[in-house]
Amino acid sequence: MFDPFYPFDWLAIQIVTQLFGLSLKSHLGASLHFFLYDVPKILTLLLTISFLVGTVQTFLQPEKIRNWLGGKRTIFGNILAALVGIITPFCSCSAVPLFIGFLEAGVPLGVTFSYLISAPMVNEVAVVLLWGLFGLKVTLLYIGFGVGLAIASGFIIGQLRLEQWVEPFVWELQKVRQNESPDGNEIEIPMTWTQRFQQSQYSASEIFKSVWPYVVGGIAIGAGIHGYAPAELITHWAGRGNPLAVPIATIIGVPLYANIAGVLPITEALVNKGMPLGTVLSFTMAVTALSLPEMVILRKVLRPQLLMVFISLVTLGIISVGYLFNAIL
Amino acid sequence: MSSIKIEVLGSGCKKCQQLNENVQRAIASLGIEAEVRHITDPIEIAKRGVMSTPALAINGKVVIKGRVILPEQIQPLLSS
Repeated sequence: MFDPFYPFDWLAIQIVTQLFGLSLKSHLGASLHFFLYDVPKILTLLLTISFLVGTVQTFLQPEKIRNWLGGKRTIFGNILAALVGIITPFCSCSAVPLFIGFLEAGVPLGVTFSYLISAPMVNEVAVVLLWGLFGLKVTLLYIGFGVGLAIASGFIIGQLRLEQWVEPFVWELQKVRQNESPDGNEIEIPMTWTQRFQQSQYSASEIFKSVWPYVVGGIAIGAGIHGYAPAELITHWAGRGNPLAVPIATIIGVPLYANIAGVLPITEALVNKGMPLGTVLSFTMAVTALSLPEMVILRKVLRPQLLMVFISLVTLGIISVGYLFNAIL
Repeated sequence: MSSIKIEVLGSGCKKCQQLNENVQRAIASLGIEAEVRHITDPIEIAKRGVMSTPALAINGKVVIKGRVILPEQIQPLLSS
């Protein structure tokens, strides 16, 4: 298979074998090669893709998305919301304002949830890393199943008519908003192409700056596992022989507020030692889609029952997807 | 000239703090009188019609949403 990053691979091999005189089969040699190949590969992918995605994102303001999704009560709304969630950035700190903003504008509850699940789960950092570490096919499966899960969960929540479990003040705010003129207190500043590129350059470098220590650290740990950990240990606990690996990985991942950039390189090493890819993908979904801080924040707008339904539905969905992955891959 | 009322809207993640810093730097460079409030309560933020943080409001009007801008880009907004 053609590997566009072959130059990094070649360079890593040269450094390990020629400069250090180590065999690629030795523990240290294998670790070093893993590290020297993955670091430039992942960082390059990260910069390029976050720049491209950042440019696209300058066209997608939340207000526009909210207007697109407003009033779309059918499953088409869930599909649109989940697809749009792929490209838009998501910060846990915006979860509440975004949730309120969507509901105020008449976006149905279920459709809002489809967006809330898809946006953090399918983010450019996770996609870049999955692609760089596991290849395009795995990445597309992750995106496909992630979007499917977002659509299904959001649709189910919509059908269950759980509006009464949203904190009442949110509906009060909606009434207030509808009495005001829309966008009455805003000055829109339209962007030129230069400004768009400035913005995407800025957001790409911000992502890079905040993520690179985790990537390098994660790859270092992964390199250690790759070179030194015995495969039998990994396959015993997380391998195909353990049917509970998927639920355990998911339940561990759900409350975690970990930087996926550091976690994924470690999982690559575990996969090489025999951990099934489906278990890894479930873990990735669980870490990105939900986190304890996000749940605490969402509690401000969701009553406990709705929060529990949301978390349980997504968790069960991720576990099912994990088993499905392991069956397919 | 009465002082400008500035609100930095953000729940405390790194981007929001960066915008706050940039606002302080812009004010210092221009040497103007300004009252800066950092709003962290997500519900207060939502009430102002903002859906993605960080955001910047000057004298009650939201001018920047969902991104951090540099002090040099903030200065013209404060002067007008």
